[in-house]
This record gives sequence, C-alpha cells and structure tokens, in this order.
Amino acid sequence: MGIQFNDETFHKDYTYRNSPAGIKRFPFPFPEDDYMYSVNIEPHVPGREGSVFEHTFDVDEHYVSEMRDRARVLADDPLRCQSLPHMTLAGWDLLELIMESKARDYPDMFQLTKNGDRWHWVNKPLGIDDTFTFLDETTLPYGPMEYITRQAQGDFTLQDQRDDNLWIEAGMVTSQADWSLDFDIGMSFHEWHAPVPLAGGMGIFDRALKFLLKLQYGAPVRRFNWTMTVDPLLDTSPENYHKWGPSKATLTPDTVGRRQHLRVELQTLYRLPRSNAIVFPIRCYLISFQDLVTVPKWGRRLHRVLQTLPEELAEYKGFARNRQMLTDWLAQYDDGSPTSPGWWAD
Amino acid sequence: MKMTTTKFEPSITTRPVYGILEPQQGSAHLMIADGEGAGAILDLFARAGQQGIDLRPSTHLIYVTAANGTDLSDELSRLGVAKFYHGPTLAAAMSRITKALTDASMGLQIYLAGTESLIGVAQSEAMKAGFPHDGMQTEHRGSLARRVQCVHCKGITENVKTDPYVCSHCGLSLYVRDHYSRRIAAFQGVNIDAEDPGQVPDMVEKFT
Amino acid sequence: MSAGATRFPAIVAEVTEINNLIKTFRFVREDGAEVPPFSGGSHIVVEMDDDGTRRLNPYSLMSDPADTGGYSISVRREDGGRGGSRFMHTRVKPGMTMTISYPVNLFPIDGRAKKHLLLAGGIGITPFMAHMAQLSERNQIFELHYGAASRAVGQFGDRLRKHYGDRIHLYYDDEGTMMDLPSLLRGQPAGTHLYVCGPKGMINAVMKIAREAGWPRGALHSEEFLAPPVGLPFEVELANSGKTVQVGAAQSLLEAIEAAGVNAPYLCRGGACGQCECEVAAVDGEIEHNDHWLTPEEKASNSKIMPCVSRFKGQRLVLNL
Repeated sequence: MGIQFNDETFHKDYTYRNSPAGIKRFPFPFPEDDYMYSVNIEPHVPGREGSVFEHTFDVDEHYVSEMRDRARVLADDPLRCQSLPHMTLAGWDLLELIMESKARDYPDMFQLTKNGDRWHWVNKPLGIDDTFTFLDETTLPYGPMEYITRQAQGDFTLQDQRDDNLWIEAGMVTSQADWSLDFDIGMSFHEWHAPVPLAGGMGIFDRALKFLLKLQYGAPVRRFNWTMTVDPLLDTSPENYHKWGPSKATLTPDTVGRRQHLRVELQTLYRLPRSNAIVFPIRCYLISFQDLVTVPKWGRRLHRVLQTLPEELAEYKGFARNRQMLTDWLAQYDDGSPTSPGWWAD
Repeated sequence: MKMTTTKFEPSITTRPVYGILEPQQGSAHLMIADGEGAGAILDLFARAGQQGIDLRPSTHLIYVTAANGTDLSDELSRLGVAKFYHGPTLAAAMSRITKALTDASMGLQIYLAGTESLIGVAQSEAMKAGFPHDGMQTEHRGSLARRVQCVHCKGITENVKTDPYVCSHCGLSLYVRDHYSRRIAAFQGVNIDAEDPGQVPDMVEKFT
Repeated sequence: MSAGATRFPAIVAEVTEINNLIKTFRFVREDGAEVPPFSGGSHIVVEMDDDGTRRLNPYSLMSDPADTGGYSISVRREDGGRGGSRFMHTRVKPGMTMTISYPVNLFPIDGRAKKHLLLAGGIGITPFMAHMAQLSERNQIFELHYGAASRAVGQFGDRLRKHYGDRIHLYYDDEGTMMDLPSLLRGQPAGTHLYVCGPKGMINAVMKIAREAGWPRGALHSEEFLAPPVGLPFEVELANSGKTVQVGAAQSLLEAIEAAGVNAPYLCRGGACGQCECEVAAVDGEIEHNDHWLTPEEKASNSKIMPCVSRFKGQRLVLNL
C-alpha cells in the first residue's frame, strides 16, 4: 500500500504527528497575509498530485488512527452520530459516493464489487470485508451513514432540502470545532449558523443558502475554514468542553510550538442523487506550530494573519486569551520579507 | 405576524418569537395553555366572538397550572368549550396532549399560550405528530423562566431564572445561550468555568 | 459557474405514442454508461435545435428513479404553444442524438410525512410516477388521485392501477367522475402532506380548499411548470454586454439572450426556481411577470425580471446582463 499509516493518539498522551511528507501536503488555508471571513467557494475538482485535493476524499497517514479515535468517542457518547428517520436514503447516497470514490481513487486499499444490489466492499487498512444489499438496512451492522463514516475521515452532516431551506437532519460529528449535533439536529440553515458572529450581517448566509439550494448533482464545491486547538485533540466538542477547556489555560510560551495547533477544515458539499439531500463533509487537518514554521512562508504569513485578525473572530474561534502569546511566538519566524501569493509552500 | 405582548431583548435567529392568537379556519381547534396563558385564550375567544366565529363546539382546551402557581381554570371552564381539561402540571397532561395530536386530522388548528416552556414542549410534540412548526398560533404570557438543556450531561432544567445557573442533574455551573432547539424545546447551557475551573461569576436573575 | 445543470449527449432509444396528444420518450447515454439515479419530482432540460432556434424545455422524469439504464419523459402536444412540444412530437425519432441535462429537483416529497397524498391532473401525472416508484421502494404510505379528460387520454391510469392497486384513484371528466376535494381533504390523518401537479386551475382549487379546511401551508406542495407564453415581439438592451436583442413572438426572453451569445444563468426555465432572476436597470413600459418566483412586491416594483417566462410591453427595457 502506498501510505504508511501512523499509530498515534488524539487524547491523553497525544502522540499525533505529521511526517515530513505530511507537513509538505498540509492544506495551509491563507492565500494572503490578512484574513477576513468569506464564503470563498470553488468547484471541488481534482487538484495537484499529492495534495489533499488530489482525490474526492483524501486518505492520509492518520486514517487508521482517526477511525480508532472516532470509535472511542462514539463508545463514550453515541449521540454524536444521529440520523432522523427520513434521512436513511441520504445515508445510502453517501455510502455509495464514498465507496465509489475510494475504490476508484485508491484501488490498492479499497475495492467495491457490485452484483446487482449485492455489494462486496473491502477496506484493507481497517480490515473490513463485507457483503450487503444496497438499500437494505438490515444487511449492515449500522445504518448506512454510520457504517461508511466509521470508515471515512472527517465529520459529515446531511441536509434535507424543503421549503426553500436546508435542514441539518443527520450527521457523524466526532471531530467538531465546538458545536453540538445533538442540539442542532433538525435546525434550518440560518438557525444552526445563528451563533456565528458576523462582520457583514446575515447577508453572507442568505447568499450562501441561495447558492446551496441550487447546488447540482455532479458539481461539488469546497471551501476552507480554520481555528486553533491546544493539543492535537479532534474531539473539541461542547459536550466535553469542561474536560478540554482547561488546556487553553495551561499553554505557556515554552510549549506553544509543541502544543498549539492550527486546525484547518476542508469543507466540501455534494448534491446527493436519490434523496436530493446535500452532504457536507468537514475534514479536519491539524498541524503543530513547530511543524508549520518549517515552511518559512507559512510561519511569516500566520504571524501576520493573527496580528490583523478582528478581535471578535479570535473570540469566536476561542483563542482570544492566548492570542498575544501565539503572536509573540510566531514573531521570531517573521523576518518581514514578502510572501508569495497563494497557499502553496515555496 | 402581530407583535407579541411580551417584550424580548434583540437576539439571534434561533430565539423563538411569538405572536398573538388569532382565530383560524379549520375542522377542529386544540388549545394548550398554562398559567397566564389563560388570558390569551380568553382574548382569543373574545376576538372570535367579535368576528362572529363560534369556536366552542369544535374546541379541545387543555389547561395546566403554571410553575409559579397561577391558575385561572375557573374562568376558562366558563367558556363552554366542547372539551375542557384542567391539570396540575404540563407533565401530567402530556399523554392527553399526545393523544389529541395523534388522533387529529390535518385540518386541526393548534393554539399555544403561556410560558416558553409550555409553548416549546407542546410545539415539539405537535411536530412529532406531523404538524409543521410554523403552522401553529403561539402567544407568550407569564414567566420568562427558561427551559435549558445542559450540553454536557443532556439533563434539562426547568424554570431557570438566573444566568449562570447550576445544572439540576450534573451540578456544573452553566451560562445560558440564546441558541434554542425546537426539537428539544430548550435553550443551551454551557459550562461557564471550563477554562478556569472554580471562577464562576455571580448568578444574576435574568429570566423572570 | 456555467449556466444550467451539466448536460450530456443522449440517444433517443424509444418513442411511444400513448394517445394522439401524448408521447413518451426514453433517453440513454450516447457513451453507453449509466445515467445518475435521481429523486422523485426531478426534471431534466431537453435541448432542441428547431431549425436554428435553440429551445431548452424542462420535462419531469417519469421513470423509476432507481433505473440507471435511461430516463423517460412524456410530452403533451400543445398546438397553441411556441413549438417545443410540436418539435418533440413531429421531429424526434428513435436513434436521434439530443442533449439533455442531469436531473434537478424542484418538487421533492417531504420525507417526514406519515402519509403522502398525491393529486394529479392530466400530464401532471409524470412526476408522481417517479415519486410512487421511490415511495413504494421505501415502503412509504401514499395515495394517488388522478384526473384526466377521458380514459383514452388518461392511459397511464390503468397501468398505475395494475401496479399499485387500490392506492390509485382515477377520475375521468367524460365519465362524470370527479374528485370530491372537500371530503378528501377533511379526513386526512395528522402528518399527511399533500402534493398537487396539474393545470393552474386545479392547483389553485386544491390550495384554496386545503387552506379553507385548515391545512398548514408547510404540508402543501405544488408544481406547475409554465411554458414560456407566446407574445408580441419586443426589444431589450443588455447593459453589461452592450447588446440590443430582439425577442421574437414565439421566443422567450432567455432564449433571445442566449441566441445573442450572452451566457445567462438558468435552471428550470419554467419560472419556478429563481436561478435566472435578473436586475432591471431601466424600464419604460410594463413587464409581464409570468413567474412563480418573485414576490408580489418585487413584481410591482419592476426592479427584477425572470427572463425564462416573463415578457415586456413598452418603450424601453434595460437589464443588468
């Protein structure tokens, strides 16, 4: 197999690491030296070889360990995966999308053989070899969404479309940036975004909704979002906030490089064919500050972004209390020289 | 929609808004109210009377005493509706409400009046029975105490009057967000001293 | 972003005459691959080259959404129309290659419903044929009430009856059987959603009776594709591209804009989806708003127009295109 999977943890001893190749392909999200909240949507088409855009669903060195972490979080709190009854068909749509994409993009690791409705699925990295009947829930060990998203990195939400709105009505959410699926499930597009503070009023969400309602089959789109996390913790859920919250207070100038991580979400959106639902995969990538500054352009730029970021956004993203410490630490890697446009490493 | 009789602070999109009960056309009328909500029901019948509409023969009125003790059941019982029930608490009336909703046909008109807790819980139950949330008449009357779900232990605390408050289930100190779930019929409570354990601000009476 | 849904070349595999007014067409991919599955209520846009006039007409898919072998549509001939249905009836033959789009759904079911009550009039039956295939595959409760002018015109009725049994209720004008809407809508259990597709008069009547019976708006769904109406020729100026375009009597404003080489957004081409909404920069005259999209206030303000179905009468119309 082409990928050497890490054996690592995302809690307690935090042995999560990026290899040198993993650092090189990290999706650094800032194309410019300053940042403003925007929709920044582009077509999700295959990108540069080796990059996280090369395939429809990126599989990387963290795959096996991330799936183990997901199973751990679900065992602790099964409410992180929920699907309202009418969303089962959308779950099958998602299962088909992921299986077909992975079998096509990584044939050495994933295989899908169809004999009419009887499907044979092989996932070598996770040691899964299952035969089931497509659209028959009784032939899978979990519901279709849960079954396939226990085998796919990143969070997933499924949105039903009706009454000119999108309704978040199913999801697998174990690596979220501080929002609760259990609380938000059933909400409309504006309702689940209500807590986001906005520089430009709600107009940005009106436009985004209008765009998404017209999202078409076969034309997926993507955008980036980002935040900060102390320690490589995927499960920064509100449910466990009282457990991980204190980590922010124990960050010191000596430990910033090792403990502070930039958290990048590659968000994609697909129209699903049978259900007319929209799936929203939110793939999380983590990189420690000390690894990030090994790419000089990224170190310089992140310093400038954090310096110019509006305070309300630092507050919303949950790192206002450590902002000065992070900026001070990054300053030593910013010699003031210009950065090249775009996010690729020089 | 007409403005509500209760004044609310400006808030985010999920915070529910309420109107004033107006008589509707329909095959049957289900009214659910608590405490001061009785006033909204009496006003509704007065308004219907002025419009020459007699709702009484097709009305099922379910009324419960509010958590603050307000009980105006005597006045409601004099309305002369086809079916009238008076109960001690919303919890005691729930199975009756569920049956009324699931037995109904699509022409049923739903009117909810009183505390946010009553409106929210009854609305959530009606949605489960298959009635769209935006097809119901709602009017807020009485206490502004909130029904809040602890995001950590998932326990719901009724009649929260202060912010922060102590979760009646797990004991964490929680601040009350305006973020509201129609499905759970509750606001969201989040631990206030997660980052600095022990540093809990004073409780302020905010929801009365 | 390009206009419309992704299009692909398709071969006309079959043309079946249902009766003297309705023909069914089946499309398969030219490259032999499967077509994407779809959701009930979806339509495709069929592109026609009508002697130099390019027409893109939306038609509801009536085939089983799970059938990835091809797509089927039915077209009713409208002799008083602009020519699209006539083209389909007289010019389209098996073996021909045409361009069709991926499916787009503007008439989905509400999956939360405990029961689906489907009301069809005439050719409005087609989206429900796809809906019923999907609903029955997912073991959902549904009931169809289908009215047509006569048994001869409503031939789909017998076929559906055979397949779905007593869930299908048929009504024929010439036999004097009529839907008793007030009593039908009175007894529907909590959680029922109602869907209606058919002529404008039928949709309006159903909606009126349902509202009088106390049905909440959120449980009522309708689809009416508008054929762009024929009208008087007019002229339009496109401010951004600096072009002046003549719109012919049997041509829609959108078709005229496209024929002039201007890439305008669109999706349904039937006044329903809102994608082609266009700002009016200047107007001296009367816009004939024929769409279901703009609010009455927007229509009255004459600040926006839906070029797929709306027309203009007057001195001057300038669009931001």
